[in-house]
Amino acid sequence: MSEAKKPVLEVRNLSVSLPAGADRAHAVENVSFTVSPGEIVCLVGESGSGKSVIAFTVMGLLAKALKPTSGEILLEGENILAADESRLRELRCTRMSMIFQEPMTALNPVMTCGLQIDEVLETHTKLDAAERKAKIIAILDRVKLPEPERIYASYPHQLSGGQRQRIMIAMALVLDPVLLIADEPTTALDVTTQAEILKLIAELQAGEGTGVLFITHDFGVVAEIAHRVAVLRWGELVELGPTEKILSRPEHNYTKMLISSVPSIHPAHRGVRRDGTTVLRTEKLGKTYSGNAFFQKARVVKAAVDVDLDIRKGETLGIVGESGSGKSTVARCIARLIDPTEGKVFLGDTEIATMSASKLRPHRRRVQIVFQDPYRSMNPRITVGDSIIEGPMNFGLKRDEALARARNLMETVRLDPNSLDRYPHQFSGGQRQRICIARALAMEPELLIADEAVSALDVSVQKQVLELLDEIRVRLNLAVLFITHDLRVAAQICDYVAVMSKGRIVEYGSAEQVFGAPRDDYTKALFAAAPGRNWEFGKFAA
Amino acid sequence: MSAISEEVVDSASIAAASTKRKSLWALALRNPAVIFGGVILLVMLAIAILAPYLGTVDPTRIDPASRNKNPGTEITYRLDDGSTAKRVVLMGTDSLGRDVYSRVLYGTRVSLMIGVAVAAISVAIGLVIGLVSGYIRWADGFIMRIMDGLMAIPGILLAIALVSIWRAGLITVIFAIVVPDVPRVVRLVRSVVLSVREEPYVEGAISVGTPTWTLMFRHILPNTIAPLIVQGTFIAAAAIITEAILSFLGIGIPPEIPSWGNIMAEGRTLFRVFPHNILYPGIFLALTVLAINIMGDGLRDTLDPKMSKKV
Repeated sequence: MSEAKKPVLEVRNLSVSLPAGADRAHAVENVSFTVSPGEIVCLVGESGSGKSVIAFTVMGLLAKALKPTSGEILLEGENILAADESRLRELRCTRMSMIFQEPMTALNPVMTCGLQIDEVLETHTKLDAAERKAKIIAILDRVKLPEPERIYASYPHQLSGGQRQRIMIAMALVLDPVLLIADEPTTALDVTTQAEILKLIAELQAGEGTGVLFITHDFGVVAEIAHRVAVLRWGELVELGPTEKILSRPEHNYTKMLISSVPSIHPAHRGVRRDGTTVLRTEKLGKTYSGNAFFQKARVVKAAVDVDLDIRKGETLGIVGESGSGKSTVARCIARLIDPTEGKVFLGDTEIATMSASKLRPHRRRVQIVFQDPYRSMNPRITVGDSIIEGPMNFGLKRDEALARARNLMETVRLDPNSLDRYPHQFSGGQRQRICIARALAMEPELLIADEAVSALDVSVQKQVLELLDEIRVRLNLAVLFITHDLRVAAQICDYVAVMSKGRIVEYGSAEQVFGAPRDDYTKALFAAAPGRNWEFGKFAA
Repeated sequence: MSAISEEVVDSASIAAASTKRKSLWALALRNPAVIFGGVILLVMLAIAILAPYLGTVDPTRIDPASRNKNPGTEITYRLDDGSTAKRVVLMGTDSLGRDVYSRVLYGTRVSLMIGVAVAAISVAIGLVIGLVSGYIRWADGFIMRIMDGLMAIPGILLAIALVSIWRAGLITVIFAIVVPDVPRVVRLVRSVVLSVREEPYVEGAISVGTPTWTLMFRHILPNTIAPLIVQGTFIAAAAIITEAILSFLGIGIPPEIPSWGNIMAEGRTLFRVFPHNILYPGIFLALTVLAINIMGDGLRDTLDPKMSKKV
């Protein structure tokens, strides 16, 4: 009995140093925790907190620039830090396994899935070919892949993202390791797929008694799956405890701040008024992509079909949906970054969907867009000031007037106006996203499109940017079109919500109505899949 | 008042821009391969410019009395006023009694000129076509099919055809080498444009109403410079070799202008007896091409670190 209680993984006072010249001395400092058999321990933290470094140290896959300087990592009592490369190779897959974030790149694209799992068995077992195949089919069945025989012979590109992640899980679990490390395994997946994968991991580890070290930045996932939670900040473990306690009664200020930053899935009461003038209206908007290649039959993809939307002044309309649902296509059609193939887009009273590029130019000013990736949204070669004033100067504003406006806007987005002559790489992701907002506002737009504008940000930064966006909307009486896959974010910022699936709007109404009483089956399924939906994250005074 | 503030901003942004450019060159100069190749090339450049002052004689001067002398032989030659003088021929003389040392040094001019001219012209033409092809989608298919056609033309056959139409000369050679090189530059530029035009910052610029030409020069063009510098060095090296081949075949630079290729061509018949006619221009040719390629590799490593890891 006491044998079963012995932890499979014990990390004692682990420190990993960063190379000289990094922003801090240690990637991980003095971290201790344990993972018991059958237990799921979540490592939670924002980017740069060192959670992935811990996972890679345990697997012995740490980049050469990083060196563990002190502490021990005990896998069933054996110190991994002292093990040599050949011993580590024996341990990987047989005793400990890892699944990664990106299921596409983690699999070899030129080998069938079956052979990739076979490779693991061939290396670590003495089974013959028939036994190996039987074992692989069995594990494929266990991770609930349909038609294991067909999957065995399939190449990774023939499978969906969720199926590929199942293959990764099958590969990790085929030799029944005692420890499974999952490094953000569901971050790249859609919410419904994520729910299935989380369920699968929980079932498998409960059945086999595997210990799981689960790395995530998403408190929804934590609430869903974790038994115990370890909160990391800047490489230090700030709080460790049972999930229920950490989420409802956090002690450390940082944990309190993090949990308070998680948006609630229940829409805030925002008092929607429908009295503003209509800024944007679409009528049966559609976009069909057709590959018109030489010598080939054209492939037709309907990215958006019959999209009817309207947004009034001072109102936020959210479009939510999974990847490939067409939400970004709609946004880009409205901004005329791509040309719609069907329907009409009215900006005020002007129809812009079919307008020629030269006639469209004066109307460009009226719709501005903030993109998802703050690292690619600004030209790295020109200063942020020049980026902000580019638009106003295109419309005839003098350079010094434009700069004066840019300085004002920097204050609006709470950045130092004197930093206009710096380059984008000198700013953090959240700061860059503020600059992008400033650049959009410099055009004095009527409609601001935020295309997954906060998805790449850490939860605490995300909260600040969301607050900023909402404050600007109120102050400038701006219409906002908010594209997101994150239901929690949508619930907090949107007055109206349109749910898209396969290019069509399946449900459209006020946020309270859509979130409170969804009518469409797809919407219901989407909300049911949202991780941690039953958990109301408290607001703590830090 | 407004003028002053504008000036202040401008000088600040220029200063920032120049420090950025400097840092790129400083980075390149830290690479030993760049320094090694660069130093050899500088020496070659100095030789080309200073050829008349490096103890050379007129490279086209024929001296029947001292034909086929081996390197290091002392020869007697006649000056214009009728008196005679002695000198040592460092690299010997060819079958017409011309001084190989002088011919090789003067030949450097042709080779470097060809390398630089071909690289500059094909990069300039390719850049414009590539930008248009990558950015203006409806023109792309048409332009790229023409480029595919151009790539099917072998440079040497084109040179032979051109020489038979026009006459052998520097311009003909440069033209013949540039034509098949342009499509390679076009493809490179087009691929960069195609990936950069999807970047959010380019779309951001479109949505703030930036005119197409400004967009290209301000946001897209700078991304092509680093790969073009690298590509340019390889084009230059290949062009120097192609010129030597053309001249060797007798369809390149006319024989009265010394170039490494035609020096070797003239030494070919007596190669077994007097190898120096081919040896020395060959060494210079190999050294120059090697230096350019090493420098190109070094530049690629510093300017495009992603590519160096893959190779």
